[in-house]
This record gives sequence, structure tokens and C-alpha cells, in this order.
Amino acid sequence: MSDSKSIASGKGSQEPEHDYATGLAVIAADKVVDPGMEPHRVRMTDKSVKHEKAAARQVAALFLVSVLGSIFAIYAYFAFPLTDDLGTVRDNTLFMGLGIVLGLFGIGIGAVHWAKTLMPDAEVSEERHQTRGSEAVRARAIEIIKLADSESGFSRRKLIRRSLYGALALFPIPAIFFFGDLGPNPKDTLRHTMWKAGTRLTKDPTGLPIKASDVTLGSVFHVIPEGLAELPHHKLEEKAKAAVLLVRLDPADLKESPERKNWSYDGIVAYSKICTHVGCPVALYEQRTHHLLCPCHQSTFDVTDECKVIFGPASRPLPQLPIAVDSEGYLIAQSDFTEPVGPSFWER
Amino acid sequence: MAFMKRNVNGARRHPMAAILVIAAGLAVSGGGYAAATAAVETTKPVNAALSQAQVDEGHKLFLANCASCHGRNGEGTQNAPSLIGVGAAAAEFQVDSGRMPAQASGPQIMKKTSQFTGEQIDAIAAYVGSLGPGPAIPTDAQLAANGNATRGGELFRINCAMCHNAVGAGGALTQGKFAPALTGVPADHIYEAMLTGPQNMPVFNDANLTPTDKKDIITYLTYVQDHPSAGGYELGNLGPVVEGLFVWIFALGFIIALTIWLGAKSN
Repeated sequence: MSDSKSIASGKGSQEPEHDYATGLAVIAADKVVDPGMEPHRVRMTDKSVKHEKAAARQVAALFLVSVLGSIFAIYAYFAFPLTDDLGTVRDNTLFMGLGIVLGLFGIGIGAVHWAKTLMPDAEVSEERHQTRGSEAVRARAIEIIKLADSESGFSRRKLIRRSLYGALALFPIPAIFFFGDLGPNPKDTLRHTMWKAGTRLTKDPTGLPIKASDVTLGSVFHVIPEGLAELPHHKLEEKAKAAVLLVRLDPADLKESPERKNWSYDGIVAYSKICTHVGCPVALYEQRTHHLLCPCHQSTFDVTDECKVIFGPASRPLPQLPIAVDSEGYLIAQSDFTEPVGPSFWER
Repeated sequence: MAFMKRNVNGARRHPMAAILVIAAGLAVSGGGYAAATAAVETTKPVNAALSQAQVDEGHKLFLANCASCHGRNGEGTQNAPSLIGVGAAAAEFQVDSGRMPAQASGPQIMKKTSQFTGEQIDAIAAYVGSLGPGPAIPTDAQLAANGNATRGGELFRINCAMCHNAVGAGGALTQGKFAPALTGVPADHIYEAMLTGPQNMPVFNDANLTPTDKKDIITYLTYVQDHPSAGGYELGNLGPVVEGLFVWIFALGFIIALTIWLGAKSN
């Protein structure tokens, strides 16, 4: 008991950390002393007539710049006409814009210069008000609230009050259904692409099928699935998922795991073009290092080693499309990708 | 026929070919098909049959300038790849653009002024072409920029833009390598580069990009070089990094300077 007393008394004897006496605003007890106003400095324009006249001329000159700018804008409209050549847009907008900028800028700068050099330069300091209202104002506010309560009968009429609470509680509920309809649930569309067993690999954008013999060593083909152009809708969504890069390497350079041995054809490998980081098209292929780069964040994938990430922010290898050759020699997919393409998403 | 050496600005070495490029450029901007045809007709037949004398001359030049790395018969050594089957197109691209003979080893062999005359380059190309079947030097008709620029633009964006930038301004690759800018590069070099895949560039053979596709791409590149961007000054066409830097330094610097002036007391 004596301990607690001594602590309490000890605390009480210390200097208070903050001084609340003036209101709710927290004012540090060791506040910096107000240095007061700087000594007033008389401007050159107030000391000499010559300077005053010069300043006046400067302001007028700035307004004249504005006048010239506006006239130049009108001149530019006719001097740099818009024609059928799209390139003429550039000079037309550039020079008209510059004229308009000068027109407005001259007025603004002139006005500020005028105020700074010629208008009165008396310095004024205004004290901040306290945040807390005076006792009389606070008492009056409580009085008004009480009067409103008694006149409306809010405290007295239980039925009205409770039904109002009910109405207010229910009011936001429809929003749950409303926002629930925003954007259809993608369900499992993120896990599948257009590729199916037997889908031919075709060239982007022509849609012509690719023969295995066409893919010479060091070649890169930008590939879309056969039938993409014939889709009735969602063409771009399907292309964004199914885009593939086809590369031929010397089979001796390929490091393939046993389960992927039959996913390539004579050194031809197909990988998803969609970066596993944030989904940019990974298509910068260095023919001799066999590195595949993403242009957005420089993720680098090693095509010889199942497109494992060797640099950059991507965290997963690019999914490989298992390919084969059909009876006519055209490249076909063995199946869809065996994992979702592109960046991470929920539940993945 | 009088030849002059390729100058530093990358102009063609043949006076007649320079006329072709100018004429083709005029034809595209003017939209006159007839003018383009005339331009094609005025050029010399580049792909004339390769004579044995030319091949022999090429072999001599090859022994003097190339054989120390590529082997006496172009079979390749530890220092350089075999040239058997790379074709005359590859040899013309490498030697005419000055990349070969290489000046120094490094991440990427750099373009420089070619050290050979046009005749000598033709001879070397003829010799390398004779080593084994490979891509031939494109004809002037294949190179004329009178294809479909819209289609060429689409093909360029799908196949080339990721490295060379959407308007061919070039871009960085890894560890000091880069995709060069395509502005000012003659049409035959662009065609041959697609056909042969020099250095780290992939190969775009005729099954991938047909000769028509390649012509359209050349037409597109000629078009974007001849037409200024409608969107404003390009700042090198290098995209958001350059534009952002410009805004951060000049626009923000200007705003900061203006703010300081606004707050300063008049003297």
C-alpha cells in the first residue's frame, strides 16, 4: 500500500507532460518560444521611384507577353493547319498550346509580380483560435440538443425509434447483392485455355498452321491456337491465355525431366508467352543464350531448362505446352497446359 | 561500275542503290505505285548469277580477313562458328554492316563502317554462299518499300517490337547485349537480319515470315521513319523512362522554381 502511494505521489510531483489547460489541443509543455515577426524590410520599389517605375514596366511587359501569346495561338491555328496527315496534329497542338500557355502564364506571373513589388507590403500576424468552444457556447449546444430531443420525442417514443433503427440497419443490405454481381466469378476459366489435344499450333496473326519442318534451328514463332479467329466472342481473353512461343533448339541443349521427355518434338519446345509475374508477354528471345526475357520487369527464363526463372521477380517457370506432330506434319498440342498460365491468383 | 564506300551515317555503298532508297521513300509518301516500280527498275540486278571468278576473289579475301577465326574453308574454329550453310545473305549482312570482321570481342559485335568495297563484299558473299545451301541475298523487288504498311506494323509488333521497340527505336537485352535501333538501317540489312538471325536475334525464315511479310515489315519501318509522330516529340521513342525523366527534371524543376519565386519576398 505504501508502495502504491509513493508511486502515485511521485507521479503527481512530476511536471505534467502536456498542458491541457487551454483546451483539447495537445500543446507540448516545452514548446518553442515564439520568435515573433521578422523585422520589416523596405523594398527597393518603396525606396526609389526609378525602381518603382521599372517594376511597373515589368508588370506591363508580362501582360504584353500574354497578349502576344494569345495572338500567337491564333496565328498558329492558321499557320499549322490540320490536314489528312496525322503528323500535322503535332505542330498544331504544340504551337497553339504554347501560345495559350503564354497567354495565361503572362497574366498570372504579371499579377504576382505586381502584388509583390507594388502593392502594400504591410506584414500581418494572426493568432490561431483555440479548438475548444467557450463554456457558454458548449452549454448552449447541449441546450439545443436537449430541446430537439424533447420536441421530436426521440427518447420518449420507443416505437418510432426502434423502427428507425431497423430501417437504417436494413438499408445497406441490398448493396451486398448489388456488388455481388460485379464481375462474374471466373470459376475455373483461369485454369484452362483453348488448347486441347489435337489443336494445331498456328501463326499469330494469320492463323496458318505450322509444320515442324518450318521451325528451323534458332527460329521463334509467335503462336495462337487454331480456330481463335473463328471464336464468336472473348477472342482477346482467349488469346491472352493461350499465346505460346515456339522455339527450336539443338536437342542436345535441352535439359528435360523424364515426365516431360515427350512434350517436345525434335528440339521444338512450346512455352506459354504469359509471364508468371504479372502477365506481360514474355517474348524477348536471345537465340544464342536461349534466355527468354520479359520486357516489363526483366524476369529471365532459361528455355533449355524448362523455362526456369534465372533472374527477376517471376516466381514460377513458364508453363510448357506439350506438343506433337500430326499425320500431315503439322505441330499439334497434346493437351491443354498442365498448370494455370500467367500470374498467381487466389487459390493458386 | 564505280562504287563508293559506305559512309558513317549508314548510307548505301552503291550510288544507284541510294537512288533506290530515296525513290522508294518518295514513292511511299506520295503513294504512287508507278514511281515505286520505276525505282525498282532503275536498280542494278544484285542477284546476278555468281560467277566462279567472283567466288575465287571472295575466297582470297576470306583467307586474308576471315579465315583466322572462321577456318580456311569456313569450317569454323573454337573462336568462331562454321559458315557452311549460313548463306550469302548472312555474309553480306555481317560484312556490309561492318560487324565482321569483328573489332573486339564483347557482349555484342558492334556495327561500324565496312572496310570493304561493294565489289569485295559481293565477292565474299558469293564465296560464303558457295560453301553450302543457305539464304540468298534478297532481290531489289523484295526490298522495295511498297508493301502494306498496316499489315507490316501488325507483324512487326507481334514478332519484332518486344526487342526492337514498337517503332524500331531499339532496346536493351541482358548483360550488355541490345537490339539495335532500326532507323537508317538499309532495307537489305533488315531483310537479311530477319532471314539469318545474326548474333542473338532469332531466325525468321520464309515459312515464319514470308517474303511478302518481310516486305510489309520493311514498308512499315520506312513509313514510321518518314512520318513524324502525331503525339508530340518522341524523345528518342524510348518510352516511359525517358518521358518520365524529362518530366521529373524539367517539369517538376520548373514547378519548384516557380513555387520558390512565389513564396520569396520582393527585394
